[in-house]
Amino acid sequence: MITAGIDIGSITAKAAILSDGRILGSKVAFTGYNAREAGRSVYEALLRELEMDAPTIERIVSTGYGRNSVVFADKAVTEIICHGAGAYYLNPHVRTVIDVGGQDSKVLAVNPDGTVKDFAMNDKCAAGTGRFLEVMARAMESDLDDFGPLSLKSHNPSKISSICTVFAESEVISLIAKGENREDIIAGIHESVASRISSMARRVGVQEPVMMTGGVARNIGVVRALERALGVSIEVSRFAQVNGAIGAAVIAAKI
Amino acid sequence: MTETDTDKKSRKMQSVGRMKEIMTGYYIDAKTAGQTGRKVAWITSGGPVEPLIAMDIIPVYPENYGAMIGASKMGADLCARAEAMGYSSDLCSYARADIASSLIDGGPIGGLPRPDMLVCCNNICGTVLKWYEVQARYYDAPLFILDTPFCHTEYTDEAKKYVRRQIMEYIAFLEEATKKKFDYDRMKEVGRISIEGQRLWQAVLDTAINRPSPMTCFDAFFHLALIVTLRGTPVTVDYYRSLLAEMEQRVADGISAIPNEKYRLLWDNLPIWYRMRWLSEKFAAHDACLVADTYTTAWCMSLRYMDENNFLDSMAEGYTKSYLNIGVDEMIKIVLEMVDKYDVDGFVMHSNRSCKPYSLGQYDIQRAVQRERGIPSVTIESHMVDERSFSESQTETRIDAFMEMIGQKKG
Ligand code: SF4
Repeated sequence: MITAGIDIGSITAKAAILSDGRILGSKVAFTGYNAREAGRSVYEALLRELEMDAPTIERIVSTGYGRNSVVFADKAVTEIICHGAGAYYLNPHVRTVIDVGGQDSKVLAVNPDGTVKDFAMNDKCAAGTGRFLEVMARAMESDLDDFGPLSLKSHNPSKISSICTVFAESEVISLIAKGENREDIIAGIHESVASRISSMARRVGVQEPVMMTGGVARNIGVVRALERALGVSIEVSRFAQVNGAIGAAVIAAKI
Repeated sequence: MTETDTDKKSRKMQSVGRMKEIMTGYYIDAKTAGQTGRKVAWITSGGPVEPLIAMDIIPVYPENYGAMIGASKMGADLCARAEAMGYSSDLCSYARADIASSLIDGGPIGGLPRPDMLVCCNNICGTVLKWYEVQARYYDAPLFILDTPFCHTEYTDEAKKYVRRQIMEYIAFLEEATKKKFDYDRMKEVGRISIEGQRLWQAVLDTAINRPSPMTCFDAFFHLALIVTLRGTPVTVDYYRSLLAEMEQRVADGISAIPNEKYRLLWDNLPIWYRMRWLSEKFAAHDACLVADTYTTAWCMSLRYMDENNFLDSMAEGYTKSYLNIGVDEMIKIVLEMVDKYDVDGFVMHSNRSCKPYSLGQYDIQRAVQRERGIPSVTIESHMVDERSFSESQTETRIDAFMEMIGQKKG
């Protein structure tokens, strides 16, 4: 069976197509202003890339905060269930999934059969999310993609104590003004994100193997900081960013 | 399943109209007390109201008023006004909304009637102390504070003596404020009626044990008003008796509160007053009926301590051991009892930034429920009255995911 999953996040829209449990392809695009349009265009772009026609796709599940705006999907399922299903697809032994996306972060406890046992989400606050990192990258006048490698060079991460994104931003600005080392500040930012997420993870209970998904999983600095904070090793699949879409496509095959 | 108009009609509760009538009459009485020569006392929701009723004083509840403010979506505006007066946005939104509405003499029903006295019992929180002091100063009215020691595990002899002595001081305070002698026979009668009202309220809530349940907690939030405000009066007893009959009839006729009850849930904490409808429709769309809640149960939880033959003593104990004045371990016991009694599949916790004593300890309770009964739970972060702190899409995702999780588990 050929299925598609479409994940509309606050910053990026993702699509994945699976055929009998095999990933045929996936794609990421910016969500932009119009979530409805974003879903359609990322999906169509992926179809074109795979040289497939829409009618060959037997079923579509949408997910993410814009899940209800994908009008051509057969069903909308929350990103929590989809990330669980996606991570289970990538590694059937996984017991904990840490998903950090643009506007929220969540931790899922996964049952041995891939269903979700429990979850926690950040409260309505950007702390510990991709948005937090974006704001910090702007304050640092850096490219977010450089954050990970740069932070690994730090030996003495700066201390950023405020949880609030706006206050943390001014803390960062004053650290820059004080002349603190750039790598150290970035490492400090990652530790702040990690400490926020790790307390949420402890609430759910961390069981290994642990997998990190979502766009922020591409940032090696955050992954390492989280490993230190939780005292576990964390696996990151190359499909981390499209994990929600993959999970949606997996679920689509079951409905 | 789509619902026909007849279905909807048969689901509608008949008693709603009667309740509105009684509450309107009650507020008219309270607002015209100045002309009829009766006295008005402001009292906290967990305060012992029975002595007021025995003295023919009209009790008025700023917290009930806070709920009205929330339900009529005036909360954000009033809270913002209180913040402009200098109150912190972290302060309970009932307190903020009430203080602001006093100042502008506005809000639903044009504001509350002036108090001739205030009665504050700290068995629910510490916020009420300062809130009532502020209002007592503003209205220049006498304030009685009933201090109920926190019962981590037990109601000690010292606590018993301490509270009992204050009940006598409370009575003396009322005698002074009304220039009337306290009538102990009348008190006994009011006590009996209060206990009867609470028993009936418990019986109404217990009709939700039935499958499908004839009512949801959203119904309970509405029908709660009388047991809060007019506890100890005959009208309350009559009302709950007829409400109970209506619920029993619904059970007999197989009328369910929601069209298709598949899952049963337990709610914790105060309602989100300005989102009741949205929430109830959201859960109903998932075929989930919130059959019970810890909040409305709080007004009959003390029944286990109440004794109509020794009302004042038992009242002292009952009010001291209110749900928000006991340790988390005790709360866990109550929640687990409710999980079993109403046979629920999940636990919905409103983490309420307004009400700290209610929200503190929720994670421990959640963990215990998960450990002991293995049912999933979800946390919704909000404020009961201040709609500025409600995020629809965040709440929606949590509820949807929670219901999907229960669906995965139960099928
Ligand atoms: S803090 Fe809670 S218990 Fe206290 S007045 Fe506010 S809502 Fe009521």
